[in-house]
Amino acid sequence: MATYLEFIQQNEERDGVRFSWNVWPSSRLEATRMVVPLACLLTPLKERPDLPPVQYEPVLCSRPTCKAILNPLCQVDYRAKLWACNFCFQRNQFPPAYTGISEVNQPAELMPQFSTIEYVIQRGAPSPLIFLYVVDTCLEEDDLQALKESLQMSLSLLPPDALVGLITFGRMVQVHELSCEGISKSYVFRGTKDLTAKQIQDMLGLTKPAMPMQQARPGQPQEHPFVSSRFLQPIHKIDMNLTDLLGELQRDPWPVTQGKRPLRSTGVALSIAVGLLEGTFPNTGARIMLFTGGPPTQGPGMVVGDELKVPIRSWHDIEKDNARFMKKATKHYEMLANRTATNGHCIDIYACALDQTGLLEMKCCANLTGGHMVMGDSFNTSLFKQTFQRIFTKDFNGDFRMAFGATLEVKTSRELKVAGAIGPCVSLNVKGPCVSENELGVGGTSQWKICGMDPTSTLGIYFEVVNQHNAPIPQGGRGAIQFVTQYQHSSTQRRIRVTTIARNWADAQSQLRHIEAAFDQEAAAVLMARLGVFRAESEEGPDVLRWLDRQLIRLCQKFGQYNKEDPTSFRLSDSFSLYPQFMFHLRRSPFLQVFNNSPDESSYYRHHFARQDLTQSLIMIQPILYSYSFHGPPEPVLLDSSSILADRILLMDTFFQIVIYLGETIAQWRKAGYQDMPEYENFKHLLQAPLDDAQEILQARFPMPRYINTEHGGSQARFLLSKVNPSQTHNNLYAWGQVRNCQVSRGGGQALFEKLVSKWISLALETEFTQVFCWGWGWGGNFEYCSWGGRGHWCGSPAVHSII
Amino acid sequence: MNVNQSAPPVPPFGQPQPVYPGYHQSGYGGQPGSTAPPTSYGAYNGPVPGYQQTPPPGVSRAPPSSEAPPASTAQAPCGQAAYGQFGQGDVQNGPSSTVQMQRFPGSQPFGSVPLAPVVSQPAVLQPFGPPPTSAQVTAQLAGMQISGAVAPALPPVGLGYGPPTSLASASGSFPNSGLYGSYPQGQAPPLSQGQGHLGAQPPQRSAPPQASSFTSPASGGPRMPSMTGPLLPGQGFGGPSVSQPNHVSSPPPQALPPGSQMTGPPGPPPPMHSSQQPGYQLQQNGSFGPARGPQPNYGSPYPGASTFGSQPGPPQPLPPKRLDPDAIPSPIQVIEDDRNNRGSEPFVTGVRGQVPPLVTTNFLVKDQGNASPRYIRCTSYNIPCTSDMAKQAQVPLAAVIKPLARLPPEEASPYVVDHGESGPLRCNRCKAYMCPFMQFIEGGRRFQCCFCSCINDVPPQYFQHLDHTGKRVDAYDRPELSLGSYEFLATVDYCKNNKFPSPPAFIFMIDVSYNAIRSGLVRLLCEELKSLLDFLPREGGAEESAIRVGFVTYNKVLHFYNVKSSLAQPQMMVVSDVADMFVPLLDGFLVNVSESRAVITSLLDQIPEMFADTRETETVFAPVIQAGMEALKTLFQPQTGAYQTLAKECVAQGCCVDLFLFPNQYVDVATLSVVPQLTGGSVYKYACFQVENDQERFLSDLRRDVQKVVGFDAVMRVRTSTGIRAVDFFGAFYMSNTTDVELAGLDGDKTVTVEFKHDDRLNEESGALLQCALLYTSCAGQRRLRIHNLALNCCTQLADLYRNCETDTLINYMAKFAYRGVLNSPVKTVRDTLITQCAQILACYRKNCASPSSAGQLILPECMKLLPVYLNCVLKSDVLQPGAEVTTDDRAYVRQLVTSMDVAETNVFFYPRLLPLTKSPIESATEPPAVRASEERLSNGDIYLLENGLNLFLWVGASVQQGVVQSLFSVSSFSQITSGLSVLPVLDNPLSKKVRGLIDSLRAQRSRYMKLIVVKQEDKLEMLFKHFLVEDKSLSGGASYVDFLCHMHKEIRQLLS
Repeated sequence: MATYLEFIQQNEERDGVRFSWNVWPSSRLEATRMVVPLACLLTPLKERPDLPPVQYEPVLCSRPTCKAILNPLCQVDYRAKLWACNFCFQRNQFPPAYTGISEVNQPAELMPQFSTIEYVIQRGAPSPLIFLYVVDTCLEEDDLQALKESLQMSLSLLPPDALVGLITFGRMVQVHELSCEGISKSYVFRGTKDLTAKQIQDMLGLTKPAMPMQQARPGQPQEHPFVSSRFLQPIHKIDMNLTDLLGELQRDPWPVTQGKRPLRSTGVALSIAVGLLEGTFPNTGARIMLFTGGPPTQGPGMVVGDELKVPIRSWHDIEKDNARFMKKATKHYEMLANRTATNGHCIDIYACALDQTGLLEMKCCANLTGGHMVMGDSFNTSLFKQTFQRIFTKDFNGDFRMAFGATLEVKTSRELKVAGAIGPCVSLNVKGPCVSENELGVGGTSQWKICGMDPTSTLGIYFEVVNQHNAPIPQGGRGAIQFVTQYQHSSTQRRIRVTTIARNWADAQSQLRHIEAAFDQEAAAVLMARLGVFRAESEEGPDVLRWLDRQLIRLCQKFGQYNKEDPTSFRLSDSFSLYPQFMFHLRRSPFLQVFNNSPDESSYYRHHFARQDLTQSLIMIQPILYSYSFHGPPEPVLLDSSSILADRILLMDTFFQIVIYLGETIAQWRKAGYQDMPEYENFKHLLQAPLDDAQEILQARFPMPRYINTEHGGSQARFLLSKVNPSQTHNNLYAWGQVRNCQVSRGGGQALFEKLVSKWISLALETEFTQVFCWGWGWGGNFEYCSWGGRGHWCGSPAVHSII
Repeated sequence: MNVNQSAPPVPPFGQPQPVYPGYHQSGYGGQPGSTAPPTSYGAYNGPVPGYQQTPPPGVSRAPPSSEAPPASTAQAPCGQAAYGQFGQGDVQNGPSSTVQMQRFPGSQPFGSVPLAPVVSQPAVLQPFGPPPTSAQVTAQLAGMQISGAVAPALPPVGLGYGPPTSLASASGSFPNSGLYGSYPQGQAPPLSQGQGHLGAQPPQRSAPPQASSFTSPASGGPRMPSMTGPLLPGQGFGGPSVSQPNHVSSPPPQALPPGSQMTGPPGPPPPMHSSQQPGYQLQQNGSFGPARGPQPNYGSPYPGASTFGSQPGPPQPLPPKRLDPDAIPSPIQVIEDDRNNRGSEPFVTGVRGQVPPLVTTNFLVKDQGNASPRYIRCTSYNIPCTSDMAKQAQVPLAAVIKPLARLPPEEASPYVVDHGESGPLRCNRCKAYMCPFMQFIEGGRRFQCCFCSCINDVPPQYFQHLDHTGKRVDAYDRPELSLGSYEFLATVDYCKNNKFPSPPAFIFMIDVSYNAIRSGLVRLLCEELKSLLDFLPREGGAEESAIRVGFVTYNKVLHFYNVKSSLAQPQMMVVSDVADMFVPLLDGFLVNVSESRAVITSLLDQIPEMFADTRETETVFAPVIQAGMEALKTLFQPQTGAYQTLAKECVAQGCCVDLFLFPNQYVDVATLSVVPQLTGGSVYKYACFQVENDQERFLSDLRRDVQKVVGFDAVMRVRTSTGIRAVDFFGAFYMSNTTDVELAGLDGDKTVTVEFKHDDRLNEESGALLQCALLYTSCAGQRRLRIHNLALNCCTQLADLYRNCETDTLINYMAKFAYRGVLNSPVKTVRDTLITQCAQILACYRKNCASPSSAGQLILPECMKLLPVYLNCVLKSDVLQPGAEVTTDDRAYVRQLVTSMDVAETNVFFYPRLLPLTKSPIESATEPPAVRASEERLSNGDIYLLENGLNLFLWVGASVQQGVVQSLFSVSSFSQITSGLSVLPVLDNPLSKKVRGLIDSLRAQRSRYMKLIVVKQEDKLEMLFKHFLVEDKSLSGGASYVDFLCHMHKEIRQLLS
């Protein structure tokens, strides 16, 4: 097993790829019986300091339908200067530049260690980066001030030739012209009127060959690299103007009467931003950054009316179909997101408010374009400030950790087809020989567009084995997959990163152990979770959970070992041992549970879950808990209520939150001030240790997590209590009346869960596993109903009792 | 003159003539012709009664103006033409142009003719001048009786007016078989013959006889034709061409005003022009165009006579028929008389039904219970008691109300009355406001409403005892009980949404499209605004104006500006969505000038720079322009309802729109002006704006517009006592119902004309009351009610009605009525309606009030003796009879202007003032006496100033003395004067100072800056100038005064028969 773990780790480091199965079942039928689909998590732009890009262009397979890129897996005839495509077996002539190659003089792309390689395209002029700020002015004075400071700070972080633009909105939308001297000029739009892209461009004067003096000539950025419009100017030119402009930015002056929300035209503002870029810089990397302090309250995309007495929609409203504006607003933002994606731009949403801001409706803007989504309570918090600052961090080369307008193409060898992708991408609808008819996630294509990426952006890519059972693959055969990512690097170069991987085929009947051993349960858990979350966007929560349960049971059924009529004998091999635990936490996670989360929060969590890499995703699924004590170095402990001890300090990382929790005794000591006494310096160090560790996490993570420092009995301790497995209380679970109010106990204890699973599996194995079974036993159902707040009555369900 | 006033009865001859002549008399008397009269009379009467005569007299006086005569001959034909027009309708206008053409040739020849005619003229006079002497003559001429009530020249009139038939017979020879035509022809032939035979001088004399001879034959027939014939020729033809030449020949002095001429015997021999004959021929051709009187100087003179003289032969027949322009009622004279008679004493308004002095008279008003005529003028101060009577008389009952009229400094503006929280005291039923006519009863505890007779309780706090006459003892302490005009402070109940208004604001919206930038307009305007903003209207002694200002510029899109005082630099906000307009900012758009001065100055500095390179030629009005390019006929109508809707919204929001247009192409004023029109705003139009030439005019208008005191968000309501009712309103405003006149803005120049109709019988004793209440917001943002009360008499006798009319007001009403009519009816219909109504008014008078006299006599009521001449001016105006060069925009513009003009403005607008500058001694401080607006009155040795409230011309005769040219223009000769010059050089000599001073004072009198245009005689620009000589035939076919008078006479006769 160690070898497989090493293999997996090595592959991840080199290629940014984690497969659920590292040995592939060789037929369609067997593959489907594996329950967890053949899939991978791909981090296309994984940082590779050790991988300098090559300064030439890739060599393509000459078959028009293939066009795979020359890679180490290709067979090369050095004498004939030919190479055979390992995907379509086309024999290709090397281009003239390769005449000198031989076994000892290989180009990089033929060396095995360069299974991932990056090419720099020299053609075409580099395009400047574009940052369009879309700023809500319906903010409290403090908030606005803080936001203005953050924005001004960001200006200093941008490269001098980056183009910047500014749109502000409140009741009206103002597009600011940045190159004016002596007078500040802006174009104003009514916030209630939906305008077509054409109208917007007309009104902004973008459709005409514009004024000569302003050298504003939209379009054809390739021909005129630094062309700009009046609204997007190189920062080095208008730095002062923009700083002044931001400085003079006022709160929206329109009066807001008592009992009303301010009128906020987010929908139109975004529409104008999209239209502006669409008209001036299509297919050039650009980032629209929307800063909003509340829900859109008017015009297209409005999420809630301006009457304060009518609260913004909740899950309850949505379930009851009471969310009046949701569908229309969602449609509006989807339309915008798709247009944005088509043009290769991305939209960030920075939403800071105590109440919801409409992320549910707007989420697609970030999700489909690869933009960031940041949710905070106020712009005047370090959470926002540091998160925002982190967007402009730079890599080892001094380049921004962002890439634009990427397309990801997947090529497979003929036994495989690609079924879909889940991540911050949209389909490019490119059909091809390697596209599966079955869709998992965003499917039906072999290419996706990812408008905004960073080195951690990760997609889940799902495959289907199409080899028929009766057409066995010869022993030692390998399947291959090539990922080709073309993107605009933040240094404005166009680049292509190519990753080619291959895995062995195995016959599931004869070599199941091999396959089993090559199972990557972490990757599988995340990939299954992505599928679940993807489904949850469109399906009812209980259905998703039931589906997850069923998959889990089927997996255990397939790979578990068990003695008849003895549930306790149920065993899973090491490569599967953690998987049920992941599933347990996944079921309770905010990605699938909406109870106690607002729709905005759910959207926010799901957004991040769908784009983080494996490690972070696992943290999201199963938070990490460290325990600090005098008894030894900090150690990871079970995410269980039993880990909460009086003389420990706990550090919990849920990805979105970092919680430091002082046990009862520790808290008392601190209160008594022992840490200040020289003789108790060790206590001081103990107190400091988790803080330091937390800082380390805080420094690295994007978005900046909510940092909570609490102690036993503190009100914020709930953040910890809500996450740990309630083993200490699970006996109370069945007490009437407690369940609904006690979120800690939601979902039941892990022990109970595992117990149930084993029992269930055993039952399932004894009888025929059928859907009827699942429904009849219904714990998947009833159990969940309970968490759906009010619908459930599982406590009274005889079925549950009978299971237990 | 007396006669005139007396209206009815004077016997045709004597009286009328005297009257008329009154003015002329002196002249006549002096003239030798007196002997001649009798004969002439006969003769004239026969052929062309009144008219014919007139010419002769004219001539006689004219002697000096000899020029006239020649012209007259030539004109004769024209005259016919003119008639023809009338008879036939507008159709004839067409030909006019040709006529003109002809005229010229004719005239020149005349010019050459020697003065001989002069002599003849006297002769002519004599013939005419029967017993009454000169007076008679005039009367005859006037056949039509121009003179006031009396219709003097019976015989001639009779003949002249006589049915066309006679003419026809006579006219045989003439092409113009038309009624009019026939006359002239008839006459013409004879005359011509006669004249022809006679030498230049003799002919003149002979002419008369001939005429008479004619008359006899023609006597059967009306003199219509004849009249016209002669008149026209005399005036029209002779006028221009002939006259000038004549003048030349004659010494300048001749140019003296008519009066003086009159006195003098036939001074200078009018040059006779054989050429006149040609003129005649022309007539025959049917073309008569000549509108202008020949004798400029002589104004009146008998052109005919001169013509005769001059005309040797054939053409002459006409001359005899002419009416003497001097014999017909002269506006100048009427104005002068009124000035002399009524200008000296203040007009005290205490007496009910008093006719105020004319608008042209300077007088002071003492408010003793009725509103000053500056606020309200009525068509009649005596209202018929019954609607039948009113219908019979056809005199429109209308009041021209100018609620916020500016007062001379000597008169106090209305007192402000504060009735406290309960608001102004009003009648419970009709809601009329407390006024001096309310009757207090029961010892003062109650009052009876004078409008609806409802009895109301007097609120305790308002109670006061009555004295023995039944008046409250505090009557003289309270403006609302003793004055005709006063103001109430309005309570919150009178405010929109029950909230006191916030201070008003001015928004300057500036076109910054390519044309505006290129013309320099934008820079000019921005510069001006910087200083102008210090002079926003303020209330009373307020230190600074409460009015806030905002700025918008626009081309294809709109730019709003944030000029909040706290900003370091102005902010511009562009709104491109012009289809769905909105104001993009709230705070900082409207600001206090002094607080935001720095930002505003910075903005105004930058606007011209910002758009300096603009290529944007399109403006937001463009779509409208294109939509309007088609179908000229409907162009006069607003093209789109959008502006209408917009305007209504404006009114609802209390937003008044002033429009400054600088078109160099068609912009559809009719459509654009809808908004200003409905919101009580003003339209200013500067065609082909060029900074150098027009900046003063524009800036002056702008200053005045910005600085004038304005009432905002106003509602006006006119209440009347039982029996009459306000039924129709004219002016720049919007009405959402039938009673409330809503004005988003109302300034001191804007006037509302209100028409009344009977709905019951009126009582002679109680009279009729009007109360005009205007609710408005003052410049300082104070809500107020201004009340004007006016009591009128009621009469059962038509004579009373006619005795208490005001023609100027009548014209004001009729013009507005007609101008509105053209929106819905063909122009011809409107014109006919006007003529018919006028004829009915006069016919009614003739029938019911004038003493029996020959049907041939034209008898005019004294008060209305100018009605025909003024009405003719209205008919000839650009709106009702546009010439080829008058654009649709111009028409719409004028129409729009007239709609809110007051009486003084319409008076001068329709009958321009023509002031000779070099006739009176330079030292005299007073304005020179005006002369009649006719080319005949121009002498080529003089310089004239003409103004009509919109235009200002300086006409320079070709033979003006060099010294004069030098001292005015600083050039050495006439030929060096730049035609079209708009500024007189500033020279330090008495003449220059005087002229410039006069120009300045004229401009000061008018609400719009009048741009000066220097016109040289015989220059192409002169055509433009001649357009304003309204007594002459106009290029567009408008009839001359004389012709029209004849036509009117004919109409009246038809009505009477």
